[in-house]
Amino acid sequence: MITSFLVKSLDRTIVIAVAVLLALAALVPALNLLTAPDHPLHVPTYLVSLFGKYLTYALLALALDLVWGFCGILSLGHAAFFALGGYAIGMYLMRQIGARGSYGNPLLPDFMVFLNWKELPWFWYGFDMFWFAALMVVVVPGLLAFVFGWFAFRSRVNGVYLSIITQAMTYALLLAFFRNDMGFGGNNGLTDFKDILGFNIQADGTRAALFAASALALAASLVITSGIVRSKFGKVLVALRDAESRTRFLGYRVEHMKLFAFTVSAMMAGIAGALYVPQVGIINPGEFEPGNSIEVVIWTAVGGRGTLIGPIIGAILVNGGKSIFTAAFPEFWLFALGGLFVLVTLFLPKGVVGTARHYLAKRRAFRASARKENENGKEASLPAAESLAAE
Amino acid sequence: MTEKKPKSLLYLDGVSVSFDGFKALNSLSFIVEPGELRAIIGPNGAGKTTMMDIITGKTRPDEGEVFFKGDIDLTKKDEAEIAQLGIGRKFQKPTVFENHTVWDNLELALNRSRGVFATLFYRLTGEDKDRIEEILATVRLTARRDDLAANLSHGQKQWLEIGMLLAQEPELLLVDEPVAGMTDAETAETAILLREIAKTRSVVVVEHDMGFVRDLGVKVTCLAEGSVLAEGSIDFVSNDPKVIENYLGR
Repeated sequence: MITSFLVKSLDRTIVIAVAVLLALAALVPALNLLTAPDHPLHVPTYLVSLFGKYLTYALLALALDLVWGFCGILSLGHAAFFALGGYAIGMYLMRQIGARGSYGNPLLPDFMVFLNWKELPWFWYGFDMFWFAALMVVVVPGLLAFVFGWFAFRSRVNGVYLSIITQAMTYALLLAFFRNDMGFGGNNGLTDFKDILGFNIQADGTRAALFAASALALAASLVITSGIVRSKFGKVLVALRDAESRTRFLGYRVEHMKLFAFTVSAMMAGIAGALYVPQVGIINPGEFEPGNSIEVVIWTAVGGRGTLIGPIIGAILVNGGKSIFTAAFPEFWLFALGGLFVLVTLFLPKGVVGTARHYLAKRRAFRASARKENENGKEASLPAAESLAAE
Repeated sequence: MTEKKPKSLLYLDGVSVSFDGFKALNSLSFIVEPGELRAIIGPNGAGKTTMMDIITGKTRPDEGEVFFKGDIDLTKKDEAEIAQLGIGRKFQKPTVFENHTVWDNLELALNRSRGVFATLFYRLTGEDKDRIEEILATVRLTARRDDLAANLSHGQKQWLEIGMLLAQEPELLLVDEPVAGMTDAETAETAILLREIAKTRSVVVVEHDMGFVRDLGVKVTCLAEGSVLAEGSIDFVSNDPKVIENYLGR
């Protein structure tokens, strides 16, 4: 059952993308660790971390694409699931610091000592164990998405209204996480991480491993998403995206379908966040900023929603552009981003990948028809040649 | 009336519904027997579409009873449940899934378990394949099986939708204006198709086209202002003075 699901997920584009990601997962760490710093092929550690970060963004965009591109749910709150996954792993990293914090408290993270707290809040229990934190990385965003989606989809909240309440959700979380008494470090968030699984988080080896983990997570999510989209379930998703009430009259429980896609997507976003935080070394409430969620929408739109490779390419392109642009003209980045969104919406409504595919298909059709015409031309000329020979 | 309830396939009694004070249905009573083909006519705003909305669970009645197969209360179920019970519906405007191929449209409509995991791990069996091929032949779309539904002509979309209803294997089929916008030849073929379908299930057809209703040659119910005006053969109904005044005469 599972194997046929996975086999079905593999078409040529997905196989190529997965192969590229696997190659990157092996090659980049190797070039970073095994070559000397002055070697021409050496990949510096800052680049490894930068591209590792892009890969987690790509995973977030892929997660959004599953609900937006295939199911028509324009979530403007996906960064919230990303941030929750990030906080879950951040809590583990805080507990790993142990007595090495500024206050030297073996149990309490620094900010709790600073707030004069005497004991660990109950929701910090268990986060000293990696497996528990890793579980929470998917459980917490998944649970939030499930509860949120349960109410929203059952009440048949659709379109713009749904987008607005997802935005409200991430904003509410932003405000909540800003509060010191929430117990998540307030304004400053969680930072000063030391170790992950016993390895120094700053070490080149750890950074390379995190990059590889990001690439592998993206590859695995790509295969799973592709499997979902190509199954009959995926066809139902597209059907309900285009004609929701018709799908209901075919007997499908539209709200269950949406709920499943939304929850899976939130879990993937959580994993992306959990890989992001150790690579950037900090998680704070700013990650819940509504603007962040909107940026994810832009990445997906630029790359091409409704294609699986598109959001990955879009996330890497836009963020690469952002890194270059913000270094050169820091104050103009938001204008550039806004302009990009307008241009893509006007001129590339299918995104980079969608448009490229469209042209390829057109060219193929043109060639096929040209070939047919050629063949017909030959056939037409044959009788004439025969009649000539007869004379 | 009550002793009739267990035998009938669909039973509506005293159904009323109003939207913002406008009475769309006014204590409508209506019975469909198993295996019956029934045509419903009536002027615009007579409540034909609202009646279908109530049967399929899209609208809840303000009062009245709606029973399917004798004892299933349809007023307590939602669209998906009612569809799974075996009531199929074809809309006035052809609504097929334009971004799916003709084949996928039929595969989606096929009467199989429709849960999240059942569809996630669904595999096209030989049996299902044969069934889809058979329906493709019935609705004359075999040659276009791999084309996107968006690229079909209007009449072909109507047929694809009828094919999807066949795939659903409903016991009761509600068809809203199946020949609107069709050519005369397509209309005649659709009449044949519907009579064919009605051999194995009950069909209720809402139609404006009197010629088409005559072609069907079945019992006719005329609705006006939310209740039944007359019921009987087409000749009986079209000679009824009330029907002439309300509908035909104008």
